[in-house]
Amino acid sequence: MPAAPLAHPGRVVLDARDIGRALTRISHEIIERNKGAGDLVLLGIPRRGVPLAQRIAARISQVEDVDVPVGSLDITMYRDDLRLKPARALLPTEIPSGGIDGKVVVLVDDVLFSGRTIRAALDALNDVGRPRAVQLAVLVDRGHRELPIRADFVGKNLPTSLSERVSVRLADLEDDGVDAVSIEPRPDATEVGE
Amino acid sequence: MTSVSSYLIKSVRILGGEPTDLLLKDGVVAEIGTGLSADGAEVVDADGLIALPGLVDLHTHLREPGREDAETVETGTRAAAMGGFTAVHAMANTTPVADTAGVVEQVWRLGREAGYCDVYPVGAVTVGLKGEQLAELGAMADSAARVRVFSDDGHCVSDPLLMRRALEYVKAFDGVVAQHAQDPRLTEGAQMNESELSGRLGLAGWPAVAEEAIIARDCLLTAHVGSRLHVCHVSTAGSVEIVRDAKRKGWNVTAEACPHHLLLTDELAATYDPIYKVNPPLRSAGDVEALRAGLADGTIDIVATDHAPHPHEDKDCEWAAAAFGMLGLETALSIVQHTMVDTGLLDWAGVADRLSYAPARIGRVADHGQPIEVGAPANIALYDPAATRTIEASASASLSRNTPYAGMDLPGRIEATFLRGRPTVLDGKLV
Amino acid sequence: MKRHLLSAADLTRDDAELVLETAAELRSLADRPIKKLPALRGRTVVNLFFEDSTRTRISFEAAAKRLSADVINFAAKGSSVSKGESLKDTALTLEAMGADAVVIRHGASGAPHRLAHSGWVRSSVVNAGDGTHEHPTQALLDAFTLWRHLGEERRGGLEGRRVAIVGDVLHSRVARSNALLLKTLGAEVTLVGPPTLLPVGIEGWDVETSYDLDAVLPKVDAVMMLRVQRERMQGGFFPTPREYSRRYGLDGRRMATLQDHTIVMHPGPMVRGMEITADVADSDRSVIVEQVTNGVAVRMAVLYLLLGGSESESPE
Repeated sequence: MPAAPLAHPGRVVLDARDIGRALTRISHEIIERNKGAGDLVLLGIPRRGVPLAQRIAARISQVEDVDVPVGSLDITMYRDDLRLKPARALLPTEIPSGGIDGKVVVLVDDVLFSGRTIRAALDALNDVGRPRAVQLAVLVDRGHRELPIRADFVGKNLPTSLSERVSVRLADLEDDGVDAVSIEPRPDATEVGE
Repeated sequence: MTSVSSYLIKSVRILGGEPTDLLLKDGVVAEIGTGLSADGAEVVDADGLIALPGLVDLHTHLREPGREDAETVETGTRAAAMGGFTAVHAMANTTPVADTAGVVEQVWRLGREAGYCDVYPVGAVTVGLKGEQLAELGAMADSAARVRVFSDDGHCVSDPLLMRRALEYVKAFDGVVAQHAQDPRLTEGAQMNESELSGRLGLAGWPAVAEEAIIARDCLLTAHVGSRLHVCHVSTAGSVEIVRDAKRKGWNVTAEACPHHLLLTDELAATYDPIYKVNPPLRSAGDVEALRAGLADGTIDIVATDHAPHPHEDKDCEWAAAAFGMLGLETALSIVQHTMVDTGLLDWAGVADRLSYAPARIGRVADHGQPIEVGAPANIALYDPAATRTIEASASASLSRNTPYAGMDLPGRIEATFLRGRPTVLDGKLV
Repeated sequence: MKRHLLSAADLTRDDAELVLETAAELRSLADRPIKKLPALRGRTVVNLFFEDSTRTRISFEAAAKRLSADVINFAAKGSSVSKGESLKDTALTLEAMGADAVVIRHGASGAPHRLAHSGWVRSSVVNAGDGTHEHPTQALLDAFTLWRHLGEERRGGLEGRRVAIVGDVLHSRVARSNALLLKTLGAEVTLVGPPTLLPVGIEGWDVETSYDLDAVLPKVDAVMMLRVQRERMQGGFFPTPREYSRRYGLDGRRMATLQDHTIVMHPGPMVRGMEITADVADSDRSVIVEQVTNGVAVRMAVLYLLLGGSESESPE
């Protein structure tokens, strides 16, 4: 395939190595904060939170030599803007077989922006069970919070303007198989993926 | 009503011929020619209009007595006049049924009182339309209403022996049995034409054979007893073929087609809108084609409206719950122009035959259906074939609104209707 | 998706697959401690049942409640044919109550279509079975069941899978909706029954037909048996129930001629001993109980997709 310069418009702020380092650091911080990985459950928020959660879990397992349960938590039906667009397709919710009751759940997402997704995820989690604690890990925090929510583990703080869009590409999901985080001009006024 | 007793119709084209003047006086056509002087007559400028003999409908439901919420003799005949009709035959399926001299005389009298068009009651063939016992056909024939057409329309005289007896009996007074050809067993619960579509829509099918089998049987019975059969609302290609064959054999069989069957097809049932629910049902495009051809070659003798008014609630419901039938008087001529004249299948003389001469002949109506000639009764319709009108249900002179043509653009408009020299419609409005 | 679900023909392949995928996500809800999702909070779903059908009504009710909708059950027994309250007046009442969706079961074919297109109500209309016309959510749950058993591991879902639908096709809304939907999903459908119970014009349906059940059974991946209603037994469509069972019933002997992976379905309620014997209905091949479970998930998916988003961008 010929090189496609248009495939990555905008400015790349994290390349594959940067992303790998950020996830490794997050993994260590999680272990450190929780004094091990005993009661951990990682739940990725689809789509991009899920492969990130898997990568973090793999790194924790390497260090701690335990299997960390990973699942996914779809927040579609809990979104506060559900009625603003035609009905959206649901994404997978997979709760690891051990459940989440009494566990420390680490929610994993790619970009933390307004905080509304995380608000929805906390509501969704409430219907799944009662964890001992909930923590939040994100690859990028771009600011502009609209709710009192903050991340416990941040790969990179990225100051952005509202006229910009943060685009996260992950090898597991994208056809070109490249990890990258870039900042692009926002194409229109529509809502931005968090 | 106006007191003027004579009308000079200027430069009208009789049956679409050359423009001429027409003087109507004392109930008859007094003079025909160019440059006639008004001489006290009210002048009607008929430039561009066609004169047709007043139309005669052999198949109208006026609903009175019994369903005055749907139509009365007065409102029904007003609609008839707006459609260019000067005579209508009122079907017998009223409440009470027109199966005695008393009821047919009542309907006949109501028609005379309304004055918009002559009403000829149709007598029921069997008591209460029940198909069990002959009604007093002779008494109805001898009554003031002078009934000559007998029909259980809405119901088929399905018992072959009863049908034979009826055909025989009416010979005594030159009557005709107008059969609603529908085998009841083959159409139990039937809702629409039986076709691939009825199967898909889950509406019980109404097979063509249910009509054709009865027509074939009745043609044979008619030939056997030497009587007169009229087939109501022929709707299938097969029926046309059977009637054509009977005529070829010289049997005394006449047939009618309804305007809606000349235009609309069963595809409309896919809307589940009961405005399209009618008995017999709308059929396929091939059937429509065959009916037009049959009407053109004379196999189908006449167009009859089967004007069937129903109150709003009987159509504003689910298909199966709705009543059968649609309005027809005010749109019949336009549909015939659209489907037969504008397509080149029939000229205006042919239209006069199918909508006036022939139905009057079948119904044995003496004062209607005569050519526009000096001395003939002045029953005349003036029609503007160049006009186009958008049909509005709310504009109907009928008490009911169940027209399937609402919103359609149809050619032609009745500008005036004269009944025995007196206008019932003038300038397109009821007088 | 369109605003209403009146016929299986309203669904494109993309629509249908979206329903199935959504149902697959929602099915797992049954395993969770809280069997509720907030998607339809504040929405009102009316179950308008002119015919008795406890199982379909309960299925829709459970589906709507699990999505947090308010549910109003309106059992209008007896149809308007008998001059009770008319469909229109009932509809106007529901409109005044602010129904967002009307789930309607009616004895007259096309009644849901009338409800949706007559201007009586603004709500979405879901056909829960109309006369002898259609029952699209039954077809969706059947397709979902087929898909779980035959499709998921294969790309293309039900593409090329063979399904026989056996029995009273003429009067079956289930058969109509299934034939349409399974064709949309790429399956090959064979309608099997005595000639008296196959509709006129079925040649135009783009499905196979057969009068010979024994010839069809070894070739198919699924057999769907239709109920033979009591009133048909007197209708002269076949000589006797005995003869019907012998020619078109699924018994142990016939079941033995099926391929190993072939499943047996029935939309219920079954007439055991008539179209299906007890040993077949209770066998390992039978997915009849699972069909019921899947019904709730599929109806949740339909209600969510019709009501879960904004109304504006749903073209008619």
